[in-house]
Amino acid sequence: MRYRYFPGCTLKGQAKSMEDTTLAAAKAMGIELEELSEWQCCGAVYPLYEDELISLLSPVRTLAAAEGEPLVSLCAACHHVLKRAQELMQRNEDARKKVTDHLEVEYAGEGRVLHFLEVLRDDLGFDKLKEMVKKPLEGKKVAAYYGCLLLRPSKVMQFDDPENPTIMEDMIRALGAEVVKSPYRTECCGAYLSVTEEGVAADTVQRILDSARRAGAEILVTACPLCRYNLENCADNEGKTPIKVYYFSEILAEAMGLPSESAQDRGTKEEVPQG
Amino acid sequence: MTTETGKSRLIEDMKMHSGQDPNGCYQCGKCSAACPVSAALDLKPHQVLRYLQMGLENELAESKTPWVCASCFTCAARCPRDIDLARVMEGLRLSILRNRGGNKFGPAELTPEQLEKLPQQALVSGFRKYNK
Repeated sequence: MRYRYFPGCTLKGQAKSMEDTTLAAAKAMGIELEELSEWQCCGAVYPLYEDELISLLSPVRTLAAAEGEPLVSLCAACHHVLKRAQELMQRNEDARKKVTDHLEVEYAGEGRVLHFLEVLRDDLGFDKLKEMVKKPLEGKKVAAYYGCLLLRPSKVMQFDDPENPTIMEDMIRALGAEVVKSPYRTECCGAYLSVTEEGVAADTVQRILDSARRAGAEILVTACPLCRYNLENCADNEGKTPIKVYYFSEILAEAMGLPSESAQDRGTKEEVPQG
Repeated sequence: MTTETGKSRLIEDMKMHSGQDPNGCYQCGKCSAACPVSAALDLKPHQVLRYLQMGLENELAESKTPWVCASCFTCAARCPRDIDLARVMEGLRLSILRNRGGNKFGPAELTPEQLEKLPQQALVSGFRKYNK
C-alpha cells in the first residue's frame, strides 16, 4: 500500500513523536508513506468565510501535489483543512478557478484524502492490524479522545459517526488494550483558546480529563497536537489520579514492539529493540 | 456602520460571506447547550442569532462571544435548522476585523513562555482567527 504523505508544521516540531512512531509502525505494516516534496503549512484552520480564498492556496497546492494519488496526513487539523479544501474545490467552481489559476495548477478535487486512522480501518483493516500486533497492550485502560476536527462537519469529513465514533476504540481494541469510553471524548479541548483565553481552555480540558478519570482511563489517546498540548498543559491535576496523554500512533508503535514514549513510560525501554 | 439602504454593514457582510440566514433560527437553544465554552460567553450562541435577527450591530460588534468561539463545529452539528453557526461566528469576526480595522491579537502579545511552549499549530490557528 503506497500513499503520499503530508506531515504539516507541528509534526516536524513539537509533535515529532507522532510522525516518528507512525512512520515506524507503517513500515512494519508494509504501508509506504512517501513525503511530499517542498510542502508548506496547511494553514491550520479552514477558512469558513467563503471569500477567504488566500487561505486556500496552501492546502490546494498540497492537494494538487499529490497528483491524484491517495494523500495521508496524521495531524487532525491538517486532515481537516485538506479534506474541506478538497470538498470546496469539488463544489465551488468559481473558487476552484480562482485558486487554481492563481497557483497555476490543475486540480478539480480528485484523489482520496485520508487520515492515517482511515488507512488502518479501511485499507488495512483492524483484523489485520490485530494479527500484526507483537506486544498486546494487555491490562491498559485506554480512552480515545477525538476532539472536533476529525469528526465535524460530518457531511464533509465522513470520518465516523460524529456523535458516537468508534474508529479509535476499534484500534485500541485491536492493539489488545481495554477500551474505556468517556462521554467527553468528542468535546472540544478549547483549541487555540490556550493562546488567548487560557482560562476558558482550562475549563474545557478539565472536564475532558475528569470525565476520562471517572470512566477509569489511565491513558488518553489523540490525533491532534494542539489537543495534546492543551490536555497536558491547561488543567490542574494536583491530587488527582494521573492520566497520560499520547498520540494514537505511540500506542500503535508500542504494540508493534517499536520504540515510543508510551513504551518508555511503562519502563519497557530495555525490551524494545533500539533504532 | 450602515449600507446605502440603511442596513447594518456588519450583518449584511456576515450574511453574504457566510451564506447563513439567521432568520431560520427558532431559538431552541441547542447550540448554546452544546457549546463547550458557553459559560464564558456574554452572548450565548442562540442569542447571537437573535441579535442578528434584530439587527443589533453594535451589541454584536462589542460582544466577546465571536472571539471566545473555538470553531469546534458542535453548534452546527446539532442545529435542527441547519444553520452553520461556526460560519456565522467566523463571518462576524472577519466583518469586524475588516470593517472596523485592527487585529485582535498579534505576535507581540505572546509571552516568552508561550513562544517557548505553544505548538506551531496553536500559533498559526490563533493568528488566522484573530488577525487580518
